[in-house]
Order: sequence, then structure tokens, then C-alpha cells
Amino acid sequence: MKEVKCDCGHINPHGTVLCESCGKPIEGNQHIDGNDNHKLLNMRYDGTARRSQTYNKSIIDKIWSFFSSVKVGVWLIILALIASIIGTIFPQEMYIPAEAPNRDPAVFYEDQYGILGLIYYQLGFHNLYSSLWYMILIALIGVSLVICSLDRFVPLYKALRNQKPRKHKSFLSRQRLYSESDAISEEDYQLIKKNLKKNRYKIVEENGHLLAEKGRFSRWGPYVNHIGLIIILLAAILRSIPLFYMDEYVWVREGQQIVIPGTEGQYYIENKDFILETHDENDERFREAIMQEGSVPSNFQTDVVVYKAEKSIPGAKPELNAILDDSIQMNAPVKFDGYSIYQQGYQLNEFTNMTFKLHKTEDAEEEALATFTVDLTEPESQYELDNGYRVILDQYYPDYYLDDNGEPASETNFPRNPAFVFIVYPPDNTEPEVSFLGIGRNIDATGANEYKLGILDFEMHDVSGLIVKYDRSLPFFGIGAAIFMIGVIQGMYWQHRRVWLNRNENGVLMAAHTNKNWYGIKKDIEKAIQNTDIKMVEDQQELDEKG
Amino acid sequence: MELLNISSTALFIAFLLYLIATLFFGATIRDKRTDNKKGIAGKVAITLTIIGFISQLVYFITRWMVTGHAPVSNLFEFTTFLGMALVLGFIILYAYYRLSFLGLFALPIAMIIIAYASMFPTEVAPLVPSLQSNWLTIHVTTVAIGQGILGISFVVGLMYLIKQVDQTTRNKKNTWLEIVLYILFLFIGFIVITSSFNFANYRAEFEYPLGNQIATTEYHLPAIAGPNEGVLLTDGAFSPLFETPAWFQGEDAGSKFNTLIWSILAGTVLYGIVRLIIRKRIGAALQPLLRNVKADLLDEIEYRSVAIGFPVFTLGGLIFASIWAEIAWGRFWGWDPKEVWALITWFFYAAYLHLRLSRGWHGEKSAWLAVIGFGIIMFNLIVVNLVLAGLHSYA
Repeated sequence: MKEVKCDCGHINPHGTVLCESCGKPIEGNQHIDGNDNHKLLNMRYDGTARRSQTYNKSIIDKIWSFFSSVKVGVWLIILALIASIIGTIFPQEMYIPAEAPNRDPAVFYEDQYGILGLIYYQLGFHNLYSSLWYMILIALIGVSLVICSLDRFVPLYKALRNQKPRKHKSFLSRQRLYSESDAISEEDYQLIKKNLKKNRYKIVEENGHLLAEKGRFSRWGPYVNHIGLIIILLAAILRSIPLFYMDEYVWVREGQQIVIPGTEGQYYIENKDFILETHDENDERFREAIMQEGSVPSNFQTDVVVYKAEKSIPGAKPELNAILDDSIQMNAPVKFDGYSIYQQGYQLNEFTNMTFKLHKTEDAEEEALATFTVDLTEPESQYELDNGYRVILDQYYPDYYLDDNGEPASETNFPRNPAFVFIVYPPDNTEPEVSFLGIGRNIDATGANEYKLGILDFEMHDVSGLIVKYDRSLPFFGIGAAIFMIGVIQGMYWQHRRVWLNRNENGVLMAAHTNKNWYGIKKDIEKAIQNTDIKMVEDQQELDEKG
Repeated sequence: MELLNISSTALFIAFLLYLIATLFFGATIRDKRTDNKKGIAGKVAITLTIIGFISQLVYFITRWMVTGHAPVSNLFEFTTFLGMALVLGFIILYAYYRLSFLGLFALPIAMIIIAYASMFPTEVAPLVPSLQSNWLTIHVTTVAIGQGILGISFVVGLMYLIKQVDQTTRNKKNTWLEIVLYILFLFIGFIVITSSFNFANYRAEFEYPLGNQIATTEYHLPAIAGPNEGVLLTDGAFSPLFETPAWFQGEDAGSKFNTLIWSILAGTVLYGIVRLIIRKRIGAALQPLLRNVKADLLDEIEYRSVAIGFPVFTLGGLIFASIWAEIAWGRFWGWDPKEVWALITWFFYAAYLHLRLSRGWHGEKSAWLAVIGFGIIMFNLIVVNLVLAGLHSYA
């Protein structure tokens, strides 16, 4: 492609809008930045030649142009915003409340929200944020970030490096801040220069022309923060690989020792104790709040021991060595060998075992003929008792309730409200008898039982819900977030300010440009030209006039 | 509870000082007309604002001393802090631009927020385990400061619209502006009606089915809408005119819906009274106040406050939030409604900042965006907490 030679002699790349050296608008390219219908020049990228605005032949050019448009970028952001809103209309599948009558998403949404809920579910909005189209949307934002940044950064970098203090009049007069003054004395010129320097402007001079510039590095802010965002998006991809991310939810009973899922049998965990504490109701400070809202928990804690399994021979029972003995609390996870364990849930007062006694129905003293204990985590099907009695555990409902048909059933598999159907075989081989037994229930099916069972004793335990995980993608997210913050602060808290002062035989032309904070640059100029004969720049863009 | 009394008194004093400061900022309008230098009224106003801010800091610190945790853990505490952050944002931007008119609009908005906050239970409450972390302080205060600075862009955007929108005849733009102002009246209506019945100590208890259980709920306003299938328990209390529809989900849905109805009624009555007195649109009545402010300057302050607030919000609302979530729940991002709405806020202001690069998105369009942006922030504070409650249901 042919290059464009400006009147000043500088050779600009094809597609340049404003000469890189003197800023003179290059004929035939003004439509690119929309300068043709405006008095003021569009200075966003200093009128540099951007690939997206220059080439539009091949399909790659077209895709490049499409994604490099800020308009497209903003539309992608708006689409992601609207999609995100849709996802909060009803709860996502993972946030279906635990107390919902039916947590099956196929039922829940229609049940709770009617026809709208049904549509929501059928469109897949109950898993919106992991849906393919949402992820594609985010990925497109990523593509747009990369292309936008490359399209602009390289030419802008070159242009800002090539700029010369001497500018064409048509460049200066079409800046937002501009003034023309009569020729000034050399002292005035030196004073302005000194004042600008004092204000930390960098001064470049060429044949009596002056360019004062500060905060150029803020122009790189957007590109830096985009790099940060790209790293975050890449980290999100890494996180979907098992090598980088694993998490498992595990329930451990007090006293139980189990292999930690997701560790390939390498680690075991033992729950020594689950502790739930509440805030002191007599604490004078909180008394009123606790009276209104009920007791407030102050601590969820599981005391655990983690073991590492050393397998000397494959297949042999592993030897367990304790490597960690610690307390896991909410907001205080524990770590071992790259894994972390978090306190997440708990279940209080499950039954560990129950001891029953057998006695004659008519015996008012209820003197025990025999006793037996059922381990509720591993109930046996048959119990041989003293004196020749035998009991068969015919049915076991760990979490007993009557279902919709009035039939006994178990709501969960956890022994929270155990109930049993026992068949009692007396030693004399008479007919076996059926007994139904639960907490607060003791039903004799026929009403003619000779023997009766009663609950003698029981033991209880708590259960801890723990999350075991590793996330090796975290450092990448951290780096991405840090770079984003640096970039966004660099771009937002500093501004790129430039002041041009060109002297010719007729007088002085002064113009200024900043990417934001015009109020600030005006104050800088006011300070710089104090006590000189130069005219204050005029703001050529007044919003008041438009309105 | 000596210290707690000091704390609430300090908050009250801060509120009063903001009120008086607003009046002084109002007095600067006349100053401006005669000469360009700062008058005495402006100096008094900003001094009072700063003393008010310090008084609110006293409230904050003493309450922290009483509870042992930074007072940002429930709706009252957080919203009060947001009001304080808005004042801080105003002080920062005033220090740079010295625009007295900003105080005339920013302080009343801050006062509405603080008064709104005190309608929620103000007792000091202990922290549940998930909130017991230093990240509570770090995350929540940073978010609030970010939102406070972004709030200034709303205030300035609103000023821009009041100044620039044509009020000669009724049109679409000034109708929308009037709706925004009307919404502010709804907040005032809520505050007035809630404090009146609180003062009268009105109580009515209802019983209603919640899931599989029977729950009770206490109304502090006479029930226009009772709970769905609710039964009034309190003798002598007004019985409801109708029931809250069943599709209002969740605990206390009836009481929240009832409060909403009352706020709309009271706000509408207030708005109606003001309209009857001034006999024109509120926007039209406010317009002359801003005659001497340059639209350009307003546009710039609005952009600046987004530029300053956006990084702070990102840091507090997304980055610190993620770090804490990782420590507390083992996942830094969980698509909880509050998190999603923080992301939506972020998307919105990112779009705003990109649009500012284009011609044609300065001035009025940009001012509308600033107003909508703060609308999203308030939505996240009010609707997400009270209606879409997720993990952040406590605040």
C-alpha cells in the first residue's frame, strides 16, 4: 500500500488521518475519524492509521474491523449485562432454597413461578452462567478486547513517539482549546516554558516552536487493563481443567474417618468434633437484637485430623500417618499439601445407635428379657438375643415420615428420625410378632402381641459438611486483577495533557489537548501564561450552545 | 450504653449539619450572581459539611468500639455508610472544582440515604460466623466509597438534566426527568410514613403459611396488603384491605409489599402537594437555580466522578469481594444475585466509559447514563437485598 507524504515532508502510513509529525489533516482520509462534518478534530487516537479503518478487503479484514469497533465492544458489554440480569430474575439452579417443597428444577420453577418459571427453565436460564451462549458472549468480549487493543496501541505508540512541536495551523485551530495572539517577547516565551516545566510538563522545542506534554503514560492505561482482563479470561479457561481445579463436598460424621474424595485415596480425614457456638444472650450490647431475632451463631468449627496414606505394597491396606491436626472454622480454612478444607455445612444430632429392650406386653414393670443395639450407620438384618430370642430388622427408615399415600417412607438417608419394623421370634418357636417402632411411636400391628420392644438408650453425633479443593488458577486471577487495577488507575487517575505553542511571523498560536479533565488543563495553562501577553485559550466546544 | 448513645447522637448531629450546610450552599446562588469570587456562605457551607462528616466519623468509630466490628454489617449500617461515602465523594470533588451548587444537590441526596437507612433496625447485632473476618471491613467500606463517588456522578448528571432539559412544554425528556425526581419523593414518602408510625409505635402481628410452616410477621404500618393467607393476631389493629399476591416470595413478603404501597401513597401525596404549591414541574422549578453553572463543567465533573469511582468500585466490589469469597466459601465467584448485580454495575460503567470516547455521547446522553448507573446501584442495595435475597441477605 502506498504511503502518504505530508507537506511537511513526513511520510505517513496508508490510512493516516492526521500527519504523525505536523498534525495536518490528510486529504481524503477525514471521513475515517468523522472530522469532515466537525469543526474540531477527533483526537482519540491522534489520527493514526489503524488497520481496521484502512483495510476492508479480505474476510480477515472484515472480522478485524468488526471486533476493533468500540461500538461493537459496547454492544457486547450491554448484551452480557442484559443476559446477567435475566439470570437473576429467578434463582439459579444451585440456589434453589433447601426448604423448597420440590427441589427438582423440572418441577420447582413451574411450581413456584407458574408459566414464566416453566419458560425460564425450558430456555435453560436456570443454569444461565454456565450456558454455552453466555460463555461465547464473554469470549467475544475477550476477542474484542484483544483486537481493539492491538488495532490502536501500535499506531498510537508510533504516533506519539514521532510527534513534533511544530504543528500545522489547521491542526492547532481545530483543537478544542485554541488561541491566537500577537507576537510575544522572548521573555514571555521563556516564562511560559519555565511555568510549564514547573508544572512537570516535558518540553520539546524545535525552531522556536514548543510542545509541552505530561502524563503520556496514562494513554497506555486502557491497554494495560485490557491485558489484565485477558489474563483473567485465560485463567478462567485454565480453571476448567482438572489439573488446575478440583472441589469436592464431603459429609463426615463425628468419629468417622474417610478417604478424601478427589485425592485418589492418598488422604484421609477424621472428624473429631463438630462445634457450634452461639453469641452470649446476656451480652448487654447484643441483648436487644438477640431478643428480636433469636440466638445468633458465633462459630462453626470442625476439629479434624488429616492422614496421608503410605502404600508399601499395591493392594495392601494403607498405613495412615497423621499430617494435620487442626480446627476448621468459617472464614478460616486449613491447608495441607496444596489442598484446602473449608467449613461449609453441618447437621446436628443424628442418631449413631439405638439400644432396645424386649419385655412382656403385660409386664407393668417392663422387666427386660433381652437388649440389643442397632448401629444406625450399618444396621444388621438380624439380631440374636439372650435367652434364645431373635429379632429381624424388616424395615428401616432413617428419616421417617408418612408420604403422600400415607405409607411410611424415609425423607433422607440420614438417621435423623429413625423408625423400624421389627419381627420378634420368641424362643419357643411360636408365631413371630411384628412391631413398629420409632421416636414417640410404638405400634403393635395386630394389637395382640405378647412381646413389646422399647427404646432403652441412644447415642447421637453431629455431621460436618466440608469442601476439599485446590485451585491452581488463583495466582493467574490475582496477576490479572492486579494488572487490571494498575491499568485502570493509570488511565483514570492521570491524564495525557499536551500544549502546543507555535510562533510564526504573525504571532503565536496556542492549542491544547487532553484526553480527560479539561478543567485541569485549563488551570495549567492559566498558571503558565500568567503575566504574559499571550491570550488564554478558548474552549471551542461548549455544551451549553448545543442545548 | 453510654458509647452507643454518643454514637447515635453523633449521627443525628451529622444529619443536622448536612441540612444546615445545604441551606448555606443554597445561599451561594445569590453570591454567584453578583461576583465570581467565593462568598462567605460557600465557606461556611463547606466547613459545616466537613464538620458533619467528622461527626459521622465519630458515629462510625464509636459504634465500631461498641460492637467490636466495623458497623457495615446490616442494612442500616451499610446504607448509613453509603450516605457518608457520598458526602466524602462530594468533599473530594468540591476540593477540586469548588462548585457550590454541587453541595446544594449532593447533600440532600446523602440525607435521604441516611434517613432511609435509619428506617431499618438499628440495634447493634452480633456477627454470624460467615461475616467474622477483617475482609468485612475492607470489602464493604471500599465498595461503599466507590458507590459514593459514583453517586456524585448521579447527582451531577441529575443537575445537568435539570439545567439542560427543555422545560417550556411537556415532552418526553422532561417527563422522564420528572419521574426520576418523583422516585426521590417516594423515598421521602417512605421515610415520613415509617417514622410517623414508628413514633406512634404501631404494631400488628400476622400469622401466615411459609413453605410447610406457619410463620409470624410484624407490621409496623397499618396493613393495606396483608400477608398471603395471613391471619391478624393483634387486637385493635386495622385489618388488611387485600392480601399480598402469592407470587411475592419469601419471608415477610407481605410486610415489604405493604411498605412499598405506603411509600408510593405517601410519596405521591407529598409530590402532589409540592406540585400544587409551585404549579409547575419540579424540574422546571429547579431549573433557574442552575442558570449560572456551566453545562460543560457539570459534564466534566460527572465523567470525572465515574473515572475516580470506577476503579474503587472494581477493587471493592469485585476484587476484594472475590478474595473474601474465596476465604469464606472456597469459591471466589458464585453467581449469587448480589455478585451478579455488582458485575452488572461494573459492565454498565465500563460501557459508560467506552461510550464517552465517542462523539455524541457527551452531555445529555451521558447524564442519563449516570442517573441510570446509580439506579442500578440502588437496585442492588434495595431490591436485591429485600426481594432477590441470596447469600447477602443480611445486608
